[in-house]
Amino acid sequence: MIFSILQDYTLRHVIFGAAILGIVSGTLGSFAVLRQRSLLGDTMSHAALPGIALAFMITGSKAPFILLTGAALAGWLGTLAILVITGRTRIKEDGAQGIVLSVFFGIGLVLLSRIQRMPSAAKAGLDKFLFGQAATLLTSDIIAMLVVGGTAMVVMLVLWKEFKLLSFDPEFLTASGFPTRTLEYILTFLIVGAVVIGLQTVGVVLMSAMVVAPAASARQWTNRLEGMVALSGVFGAIAGISGALISSLVEKVPTGPAIVLALGCIAACSLLFGPERGILSQILRRQRNRQTYAANRILQGLWVLSLHHKEYQHPHAIDTLEALFTISRGSVRGGLEALASQGLIKKDSIGRFALTPLGREKALALEGEQS
Amino acid sequence: MNAHLEILSIAVVVAIACALPGTFLVLRKRALISDAISHAVLPGIVLGFFMTGNINSPLLMLGAVAAGLFTAWLTELLAKTRLVKEDAAIGLVFPVLFSIGVLLVSRHAGNIHLDTDAVLLGELAFAPFDRMMIQGTDLGPRSLWSMSAILLLNSVVILLLYKELKLSTFDSGLAQAQGFKPHRLHYALMTLVSLTVVGAFDSVGSILVVALMVAPPAAAFLLTKRLAPMIFIGALIGAISAIIGYGVAVLGDVSIAGSMAGACGFSFLVVLLFAPQRGLVAQQVMRRTQTLHLGVRMLVVHLSHHGSGTNQMDENECRKDHLTQHIAWTASFANKVAESAIKQGFIMPHHQVLKLTPKGILVAQEAMTQ
Amino acid sequence: MEHNFEPVIQVNDLTVSYHEKPVLWDVDLAVPPAVLMAIVGPNGAGKTTLLKAMMGLIPATAGEVSLFGKPRKEAMRRIGYVPQRTAVDWDFPTTSLDVVLMGSYGRLGWIKRPGKSEKIAAMSALEKVGMTDFAHRQISQLSGGQQQRVFLARALLQDSDVYMMDEPFQGVDATTERAIIALLKELREAGKTVVCVHHDLQTVPEYFDWVTLLNVRRIASGPVSSTFVPENLKKTFGGRISFLKENEEGVA
Repeated sequence: MIFSILQDYTLRHVIFGAAILGIVSGTLGSFAVLRQRSLLGDTMSHAALPGIALAFMITGSKAPFILLTGAALAGWLGTLAILVITGRTRIKEDGAQGIVLSVFFGIGLVLLSRIQRMPSAAKAGLDKFLFGQAATLLTSDIIAMLVVGGTAMVVMLVLWKEFKLLSFDPEFLTASGFPTRTLEYILTFLIVGAVVIGLQTVGVVLMSAMVVAPAASARQWTNRLEGMVALSGVFGAIAGISGALISSLVEKVPTGPAIVLALGCIAACSLLFGPERGILSQILRRQRNRQTYAANRILQGLWVLSLHHKEYQHPHAIDTLEALFTISRGSVRGGLEALASQGLIKKDSIGRFALTPLGREKALALEGEQS
Repeated sequence: MNAHLEILSIAVVVAIACALPGTFLVLRKRALISDAISHAVLPGIVLGFFMTGNINSPLLMLGAVAAGLFTAWLTELLAKTRLVKEDAAIGLVFPVLFSIGVLLVSRHAGNIHLDTDAVLLGELAFAPFDRMMIQGTDLGPRSLWSMSAILLLNSVVILLLYKELKLSTFDSGLAQAQGFKPHRLHYALMTLVSLTVVGAFDSVGSILVVALMVAPPAAAFLLTKRLAPMIFIGALIGAISAIIGYGVAVLGDVSIAGSMAGACGFSFLVVLLFAPQRGLVAQQVMRRTQTLHLGVRMLVVHLSHHGSGTNQMDENECRKDHLTQHIAWTASFANKVAESAIKQGFIMPHHQVLKLTPKGILVAQEAMTQ
Repeated sequence: MEHNFEPVIQVNDLTVSYHEKPVLWDVDLAVPPAVLMAIVGPNGAGKTTLLKAMMGLIPATAGEVSLFGKPRKEAMRRIGYVPQRTAVDWDFPTTSLDVVLMGSYGRLGWIKRPGKSEKIAAMSALEKVGMTDFAHRQISQLSGGQQQRVFLARALLQDSDVYMMDEPFQGVDATTERAIIALLKELREAGKTVVCVHHDLQTVPEYFDWVTLLNVRRIASGPVSSTFVPENLKKTFGGRISFLKENEEGVA
């Protein structure tokens, strides 16, 4: 069945387009997320709309390169506006982005509504940039995506070292003699490029997820920038392809939301199951710590108790022990089991517990650590 | 009331209702949460509609507010795991929720009169057609009533919690120390934002809501330092922008919401350029006059550092040509500064050496102890 | 200014102002070669600003900085920099070794990547700060002191003649403090000049041999023995410094 789907001309385009988009926005998005500018993608995708509309109004053409050029110019203007507002006033990044996002988009809507009233027959199809209509991707669109995305990726690879330092410690970048402002500008512009190729596939609103989600997911699996960027691209591609497939297999499921929901699943899994950092391993680690803590307390308690008897191996009933500790009964039992399995204590025939020589040593060592 | 006037009054009420919580969002550096919430309420509305089957049911409002609060809560929860930063958390949550909303709508598109376009873009022009009728009496457009109610609620809550909001906005730690629970205030604010978003976007669309919540308060922020005036000025700028935007939309026959958002940007631009102290033009002018003023003070401080006017004068440092060498001023600027300082009686030229007058020594000391 | 030495760093009439408010007033400085200099002053005295303005990280309103008799811009590559540890996000996905390698970027210039020789140099820099075992550790798993040592190793890799450090002793453990001190002394032996923004007055005579007292303007600058005296300290800190009285002999 999958095979027959792949022979479908439209679907092939959609899958190919979504994969390109996923790779490009995933890799570049890593830098946006690491620089704590995650919402830049959202801002830029909104800011691109008036550029698209204006490019059409001026040229009357819907050729992808013309529209993308318009979008890129508008994105560039939006970047400039954000830099001026944050650089020259006390309004912060979020406020500047909020203004650019809403105002540019508003102007875009004005221009679109103008276009709607134009007599030209070619006007249709511009509003696909709002919500994305992957099904309308043509070969020429795919070529445009490849060129724009490919260029962006090449620039990213060439300036890898510079972008890495920019994201980690921009001041040190300046101190090392690099033009930090210019590099910041180039990086933002690359993200504009990623946004521009995503508009037609997933649309303005959902573009933000394409930039943020793959990168935030990838971060949970690796501690290296190289790994994060690569994995982020892979996640982006997987989400793009599976979203495109789902929307073609299931009726009435638009491509954009399908891709974003696929991304949502990847993100949820990553946040939950990521090794070391993931929520699950956080919980497990906390539980393990609590168990070790409980076991240690019990061991020390047994040792203190043993001081009251001639023989340190004097056994104690479980009820005595449970009454002794402020930790819950369950963890007393659990702790005793754990200690017994490590050979630190032993259980006698009537269920009482006593220290072993090994246990006594450990208890003494713990005492030493604490003092 | 004719339709124009009705639309205008709705727009003005929405603008003011947005500026109230918007001011706090801008000050708390959370402006983009308005964008997130305005998208994330969609699934709440859709689910509310599924449950009631009535587009005008108050349950929709409830569902939407719940979705808005859910967004704020989930964002905070994610940020708290420290697996992602807050900005990434916002960027993760709202597109997913919005997608769920879009999906629900498109799966059941046949029997729903809910249009994602309308949610996003709004159509203020249709607002007057939805009337508030009580026992056959026409009381005006429904959204005028609902937005007025939201405006009233926003005003009352902000008035009641003014002191607490102010403190927790400017110094969250101090607020906590005084037992104000900034956390609860955060959710109170998020509730207002969600409510306002929901109430407003039915008529104006979510993008205009974002524009009205961020741009006018940001503009007001450039005009005043104080909170209360900032709220009023923000509301005023929002209202004016709405009126201008509507005028342009009618004249140009274009999207009303888009035009109003554009007008918000225009108002912000005007303020950004021409604000009395913080505007770009004022900054430029000030820089020019200030550099001279600062230059004169720098000159006297420099001269006093090197004992000019006393008997321990370091002649080398007090020569006029030194200014261009070490202070790195251009010759023309150095001349201008020296002339101005002479005119004000701070220094006396003596051959090539600049000598501080007693008055100049005083000015230097004043400048340094400032 | 008159000196009996050829200054490595020469600052002339440096003024930095934010809008109308000057945060540094007409600062003159001359730092001789092979000294450890502390910049000391109360909060808001402009210590970090002076450090950053000397490196050109903050634009100066007026004045000039020269290194080795050349304008700063031409000698930029000869400055090593250790920013405040808290200035970066330590959750960044990278290892200690990689951070240290960033010290080679300036010399490598555009596009070129660090290669084998840089890696060897980076490992030896890590060894100097006692961090060899942590070379492949993710940086978020390091303690504050270890992070500081990684930053120092990065500066070492810059292989500079002048080092600018912003509060290197801020919030570090005793081991790290000792390691930093040993390193600073080693740098001085090698003829390098080190400038540190420093908070702890008590340790100035012990750690440094040159000091600049700053409070918006330069109060005094020179050898610790003759400059770090109660009279100058009073001028710098005003009446806000109480421990001085108890320690007067020790300080002077």
